[in-house]
Amino acid sequence: MADAVAAASPAEDTFPKLLLRNARIRGDRPAIREKDLGIWQTWTWSEVADEVRAFGLGFQELGFKRGSRVAIVGSNRPCLYWAIMATQALGGVPVPVYADAVAEELAQVLADADVTFAVVEDQEQVDKILSVRDRAATIERVIYDDPRGLRDYDHARLHPFTHVQEIGRRRLESDPGAAEAWLAEIDAGKGSDISIMLYTSGTTGRSKGVMLSGERCIAAASDTVAFDKLTDRDEALAYLPLAWVGDHYLNYAQGMVAGFCIACPESMETVLQDLREIGPTFYFAPPRVFENNLTTVMIRMEDAGRLKQRMFHYFLGVAKKYGERILNGERVPLTGRLLYGLGELLVYGPLKNVLGFSRIRVAYTAGEAIGPDLFSFYRSLGMNLKQLYGQTEAFLYVTAHADGHVRADTVGPPAPNVEIQIASSGEVIFRSPGQFVAYYKNEEATREAQTEDGWVHTGDAGFFAKDGQLKIIDRAKDVGKLTDGSLFAPKYIENKLKFFPNIKEAVAFGDGRDYATVFINIDLNSVGNWAERNNVSYGSYQELAAHPDVYGMVEEHVASVNRDLVAEEAMAGSQIRRFLILHKELDADDGELTRTQKVRRSFIAERYAPLIEALYDGSDEKYVETEVTFEDGRTGKIRATVEIRDMAEVPSAPGAREAAE
Amino acid sequence: MAFVDPGQIRDADAGQKGDVLLRVEDVSLSFGGVKAITAISFDIKQGEIRAIIGPNGAGKTSMLNVINGFYHPQEGEIWFRGKKRKALKPHQIANEGIARTFQNIALFKGMSTLDNIMTGRLTKMKKNMFWQAIWRGPAEREEIEHREVVERIIDFLEIQHIRKTSVGRLPYGLQKRVELGRALAAEPALLLLDEPMAGMNVEEKEDMSRFIIDVNQQFGTTIALIEHDMGVVMDLSDRVVVLDYGKKIGDGPPDEVRRNQDVIDAYLGVAHD
Repeated sequence: MADAVAAASPAEDTFPKLLLRNARIRGDRPAIREKDLGIWQTWTWSEVADEVRAFGLGFQELGFKRGSRVAIVGSNRPCLYWAIMATQALGGVPVPVYADAVAEELAQVLADADVTFAVVEDQEQVDKILSVRDRAATIERVIYDDPRGLRDYDHARLHPFTHVQEIGRRRLESDPGAAEAWLAEIDAGKGSDISIMLYTSGTTGRSKGVMLSGERCIAAASDTVAFDKLTDRDEALAYLPLAWVGDHYLNYAQGMVAGFCIACPESMETVLQDLREIGPTFYFAPPRVFENNLTTVMIRMEDAGRLKQRMFHYFLGVAKKYGERILNGERVPLTGRLLYGLGELLVYGPLKNVLGFSRIRVAYTAGEAIGPDLFSFYRSLGMNLKQLYGQTEAFLYVTAHADGHVRADTVGPPAPNVEIQIASSGEVIFRSPGQFVAYYKNEEATREAQTEDGWVHTGDAGFFAKDGQLKIIDRAKDVGKLTDGSLFAPKYIENKLKFFPNIKEAVAFGDGRDYATVFINIDLNSVGNWAERNNVSYGSYQELAAHPDVYGMVEEHVASVNRDLVAEEAMAGSQIRRFLILHKELDADDGELTRTQKVRRSFIAERYAPLIEALYDGSDEKYVETEVTFEDGRTGKIRATVEIRDMAEVPSAPGAREAAE
Repeated sequence: MAFVDPGQIRDADAGQKGDVLLRVEDVSLSFGGVKAITAISFDIKQGEIRAIIGPNGAGKTSMLNVINGFYHPQEGEIWFRGKKRKALKPHQIANEGIARTFQNIALFKGMSTLDNIMTGRLTKMKKNMFWQAIWRGPAEREEIEHREVVERIIDFLEIQHIRKTSVGRLPYGLQKRVELGRALAAEPALLLLDEPMAGMNVEEKEDMSRFIIDVNQQFGTTIALIEHDMGVVMDLSDRVVVLDYGKKIGDGPPDEVRRNQDVIDAYLGVAHD
């Protein structure tokens, strides 16, 4: 086992040391792939070490010093990963920034982190940095990957990535000591040095720079690599945002520790195709991706022939009955196994192949609660989908499901070597091997988040189920009460609603009010498809959202959620009494969602205050004007009269449970 | 100009930036009794973006058809790369080094993006039917070479995600981009764009503008375009020629044309001082 599962030895307490180790013991194994001009290009570990060294040596010539902070902005490109490695090798601190951050957000991070260099993907990012130069005055040089459109720019402080490597390679040829000097730099790195700074997504206000040390990162990654038995034969698709802890942990850190290969997609639009081609063995996606996949599959099945449809639905039934039990290693009758085998041959296998899930050994989802039916759907197909719960401050893992002990409604027991307590306020607090050192230049926030003896506050409310698995209800500060005292957990309600393919997003209100209400965003894919089938014509999202038949459909969904809520004792009081369908899609560009697509509740409450008022004043429609930001940064206004619907109250009679079934 | 090695290789007979690439001299074109173009002269210089504007029926598309040799004018001369041009047959036109896109997209709807752009390479494929039939060997090697050029174009236009999608299923803006890709595949000395942004929304127009500028800057391709969106024309082009009722009424840099009273009267529709 010790041989099969590569764990980092104590000598390798920084990522550059791991890089050298990988180049030494598995130099010929693939380390990173990228699809370029339609063909997958592969770099082995020893080639990666060469690329990183060339860039690092060139970087020094441009004035890079130990301790320099380097912003990394762009999508998942090999050279951006190399820039991270090169920075760490020379004792600098990489600071990845979300590629789709607007100039304002970028400026904030650049200024806050005292960034002196930026390694970016393309002209778009260069332009953003140039546009905020006055606020990020510490920036000395910008290095870019894709030269397209940058030909006529002033290149005094702007350098193509390949040129920097060229400088490094020339130095390597002319100076015999350069290679040694580079190794000495890596040797000088200590495990307690800050390895990376990741900015929080800013769900709760201004984003903070979370400082993580190399030894802690590697300790955490080593634990989970062993936990999920990852080896250098595994492969992952690196498509998650570079600036998110998930990518840095799951792909970068675990890849380095286990020595597996990460594949960078051709472009963000081709991720689904690339997924199919690579067929990763380790996969992570937020629930939203699984949801979209399922929606797409279901929509496309409706276009299939009758025979195929019947086969599909029959075997999905079989999978529902036996699939998860087989996956969990429970006893299943022989007929069940045979039927399931046949289903694998006819339906599940081909379906997983289409989705790119054929080779998956371990898949995780996290970030939002996942609908139990959605979760079971994938597991019943034989995919080892599990949940984890984590955050940037923990360097991801706080809890994770162990193979065979997986439940949709929990996020699993504490991850290896993680301690968890539930504070008296109901908040989850933890101590973990990967936990952060401090927030950058923000001692006050550090003190608030981390106690003297090292317990970190998550800000999430949760409790342990009887079998020791953690259940997260909601953000601790979001859990509220209705005026009659009954519990109101908005996310719980929203998640139930969002499980319907027609509903893309929901925002529930009710804390301190008489009853619960919701805003709903319809899913344009799914409802649009329905409209096409039913000859409903529409010109825009707004028009479709206001259609009476769409309202009718959503009303049924809300009613069904209400029946579910009533069936659960604790939640019975918070059934939805009134709802409306928003006239625009919630969008990160308007600040309504975070860059990781989470709802920013308080912002929405403020922005749509008149609509919330209308939900509680009994009126049946409301005229609103909303400012929107287009993708190119300009703003405009959307005007609409939004209809509000009342829901009949579901009586919480003893028989309610049967009625709901 | 060549996609194989951006901006580096140029045809031996292609001139320096600023040389006249194509000259139209005193050209008149009529269909029966209808005079589409009357005694028009202007030139297109190497490496520039040249816009042709004018109200509906001004003769813009006819002018484009004259330039690419589809129509042969009854009067006047066309000089291309320093040579006077004779009446041409369609396949000769294709080999002339002038590629174009169309006002109403003319792609093979049932074929994939990749195949559509590959058709742009047809005139450059040299292996005969015999080798094509055998396939293995020379013909296959040739296709691989051409495929690489096409893949560079796909990368350039950021349409990797629709590489294998049949064009008929694509939204309009993307179809326009595929058509541009096909024109680029011919590695033209002169690229003619007939209303590249007609019917697009703001975002698609911005994307397309960026691609046009990038093609011009990165590959040094000379571009002549017809466009109705004045903002786009004034932003993109180095020089503008204005037609009205088949006659030239203005010619020069955008700022100059914008101030030309004849142009204002005929087209821009701004009142006199």
